[in-house]
Amino acid sequence: MPPRPLSPHLSVYKFKYTLTTSILNRFTGLALSAGLLLLVYWLMAVAGGAHAQARAARLLSLPLVRLVYGALIMAFCYHLIAGIRHLVWDTGRGLERAQAHRSAWLVVGVSIALMLLVGYWAWLAGARAP
Amino acid sequence: MSLRSPLGRVLGAGSAKRGVHHWWMQRLTSVALVPLSIWFVVSLLSLPSFDHATVVAWMAGSWTALLLILLVLTCAWHSQLGVRVVVEDYVQGAGARTVTLVSLMFAHTLIAAAGVFAVLKVAFGAAP
Repeated sequence: MPPRPLSPHLSVYKFKYTLTTSILNRFTGLALSAGLLLLVYWLMAVAGGAHAQARAARLLSLPLVRLVYGALIMAFCYHLIAGIRHLVWDTGRGLERAQAHRSAWLVVGVSIALMLLVGYWAWLAGARAP
Repeated sequence: MSLRSPLGRVLGAGSAKRGVHHWWMQRLTSVALVPLSIWFVVSLLSLPSFDHATVVAWMAGSWTALLLILLVLTCAWHSQLGVRVVVEDYVQGAGARTVTLVSLMFAHTLIAAAGVFAVLKVAFGAAP
């Protein structure tokens, strides 16, 4: 098989914020894949009983891991809103350049608002965590 | 009339009729994940506490268990489809790409099975 070019080749494009929203969707998706790992680790710990969950909680309540939760919340909010934008595109709407620029800003604005909301809620929930 | 070249027909390297499947499944899983993931975040953050008894009581609820299983399965499927495209885009060399893709598929299968197993174990009251 002949070597294929890398696609999308990140270093050859002129910077555009529509490009940034696109690659961010990919990065946040990868982050959420790692988040799924964390979720299943926690579910398995709960299934393992009170002792197993307490052992896992020692790891899951480390300050560094709490930072990871923050990053995952940001990734989730962004990926959710950007994903909905993709679903709208799939119906053939909003593909004109001006519309795509506008929706890029809309995605950033709405997802930041959602991040603040969920982040604050998670902060309150975190205070109840062991 | 076939649009395929004679060489293509002899080699049998034509369309496998499955080109749209990956794209379509990525869309379907994303549509399903919009309500599922919002439910999960709201439900998890509404828990009064995260000690074992509270979490077990939550997970053992029939609807919670069912939705958690659907969430884990749909997430794993969506993640597998997404990560696969990233690997196909950026991992060079047929050998390395194949090994990476197969490893990721095994990893996603393991994650999905572990998640379903854990929820079922708690839901059926087998968590000590």
